[in-house]
Amino acid sequence: MKNKTPLKKDITKVVLESGIEVDPLYTHESIGQPDLSNPGEYPFTRGIHKLMYRKRPFTIRQYAGFGTPTETHERFLYLIKNGQTGLNVAFDLPTQTGLDSDDPRAVGEVGRVGMSVDTLADFEEVFDGIDLDKITVSLTINGSAIILVAMYLAMAQKRGFDIKNLRGTAQNDILKEFIGRGTWIFPVDASVKMVVDIIEYCANEVPKYSPVSVCGYHIRESGANPVQEMAYAFCIAKAYTDETMKRGLDIDTFASRLSFNFDIYGNFFEQIAKFRGARRLWAKIIKEQYNSQNDKSCWLRMIAGGGGGGLTKEQPENNIIRSAYYALISALSGTQTMALCSYDEAFTIPTEKAAEISLRTMQILIHEMGICDTVDPLGGSYYIETLSNQMEAAIVKEMAAVDTKGGIVKAISTGTIQEAISRQAYAREMAIQNGDTKKVGVNCFRKEEEAKTVEFHPYDEENARKQLERLHKVKKQRNSIEVKKCLDRIKQDAQDDLNLMPSVIEAVKAYATVGEIAQTLKDAYGEYDEPIYF
Amino acid sequence: MSTKKLKILLGKPGLDGHDVGVKVLGHALVDAGFDVVYTGLRKTIEEIVKKAVDNEVDLIGLSILSGTHLVLCEQMNAEMKKRGLTVPWIVGGNIPDNDVDAIVATGAVAAFPTGTTIEEVIGYCDKLAEK
Repeated sequence: MKNKTPLKKDITKVVLESGIEVDPLYTHESIGQPDLSNPGEYPFTRGIHKLMYRKRPFTIRQYAGFGTPTETHERFLYLIKNGQTGLNVAFDLPTQTGLDSDDPRAVGEVGRVGMSVDTLADFEEVFDGIDLDKITVSLTINGSAIILVAMYLAMAQKRGFDIKNLRGTAQNDILKEFIGRGTWIFPVDASVKMVVDIIEYCANEVPKYSPVSVCGYHIRESGANPVQEMAYAFCIAKAYTDETMKRGLDIDTFASRLSFNFDIYGNFFEQIAKFRGARRLWAKIIKEQYNSQNDKSCWLRMIAGGGGGGLTKEQPENNIIRSAYYALISALSGTQTMALCSYDEAFTIPTEKAAEISLRTMQILIHEMGICDTVDPLGGSYYIETLSNQMEAAIVKEMAAVDTKGGIVKAISTGTIQEAISRQAYAREMAIQNGDTKKVGVNCFRKEEEAKTVEFHPYDEENARKQLERLHKVKKQRNSIEVKKCLDRIKQDAQDDLNLMPSVIEAVKAYATVGEIAQTLKDAYGEYDEPIYF
Repeated sequence: MSTKKLKILLGKPGLDGHDVGVKVLGHALVDAGFDVVYTGLRKTIEEIVKKAVDNEVDLIGLSILSGTHLVLCEQMNAEMKKRGLTVPWIVGGNIPDNDVDAIVATGAVAAFPTGTTIEEVIGYCDKLAEK
């Protein structure tokens, strides 16, 4: 029992990315005050549900979408037929940045990294025949989220769906876009206002919809360590929460619909402890700082997986193995939804084969490994419990550090967070390139004469042409006087500082384009001016 | 190493928002003694070239990860010719090995595919400075 100290002298020191030093042995004494709460009980360290996967396995929701709505529709049907239980829609960059397919800046980008959407007609086609009751749809959209969420709701309404019962998720986390991913459009304050418009509108009109998925994921991918990933995501979620409450909404009218998107790569145990510690901390924040009276508001509901930052171009098949471990981590961490990067995703849009392997990886975990049999199987592990406590404390400390910088919105506006994280990304890259951080197949066990048999997802110029045709056809058929009226109303509502959702929904129903609505909002609010530190 | 301190403009053309790589390279080049000017995200080729002229840079580096590199390189070539500029320009990002030759054919002096080390890029810039 007391052999810990002499052992440590003789061995190499191990420090996790988050700065926590790992002991060679953990015992019951290491844990300190044990957390004896059960799954489904506040503060939910062991999981937000009593029975977790024993009742229902995690949802499999691979990120997909490319080309025209027709092609994406086909891929969705294929994924559903193969047992995927949720859809996660990828949009092309013009759609994500609020440009129409016929904008000069969109040349070469239409349908390239996701599906192109110009008008409601595109949404009507892509979701045609998909049962919105059974398949929950997640929209990976941020800068132009207000337009695309409005389109999703309009599409559902036009199909006769009562949006009071509509489920689904919008990523709609603009603050992280300023840190990583970069599909911002409007200035920070106006961007946050639109996020909150969606939260407020959904709380009142679409109560089962998750209007925001706060992403630690992209913050981590941009160079943050696991503690910063959670800390910054929580600061961002708190910023949205504070702004929503300023509109007079009670915490318990919307907090249960907030969700999160987190990253998995790096040290196996550090990631699991990250989720367990963070789940407990988020529950405490919502209950203690916001006086929630509802346990559901305190749930850290998450999609976790991905792990793009851990994948390598070298020996790409190794990424299949890495992703399988990431999936295991995600399941052992009690995720609600899982998505994995495909093994070729380090360099291309997944081929059908690669996407299928990801799907099967998660299905094998559910159906062959007994992962769903018992809740939080690692609960009570000396190491995991100790590390969960340490990660929670470290996240609290990091959040306090953001507060001392004037809060997350200020730190993002001035670019201080972005600069600090990019320096860490640089340090991490150097550590890989000089061999301090081991990457199998990259800086060790490398084969120099490897055949480069990577299959790329082809880009089809013909699709872009088809999309332009669709856009022009819709523009010809719609009532342009009505469109103009709708755009004027958006402008007026922006000037009057009203919630923009009703007027944007009206505009998309009149087949106003993504680009027209985005331009109207740019006229009202201006555009973001990126802080540059070189 | 370098006989003179090169001034390098790093640009992000197109709509791609992935800037981890370009920022990592920016830090590395600054550490290696180069003078770095960064354009920020989502600039048109015209904006990037204008910034390069305004800052009188010795080298332009374009970072492209969305797969649009060939389209953007052709635009770059046209813009450089239109302005009669001879500033060398290079391309990095998510570049498949197979596309390196095609990129060079558009007028870039070099293209660095995924997997290129920072050391290799710095080595290239050092060599350019010696010329």
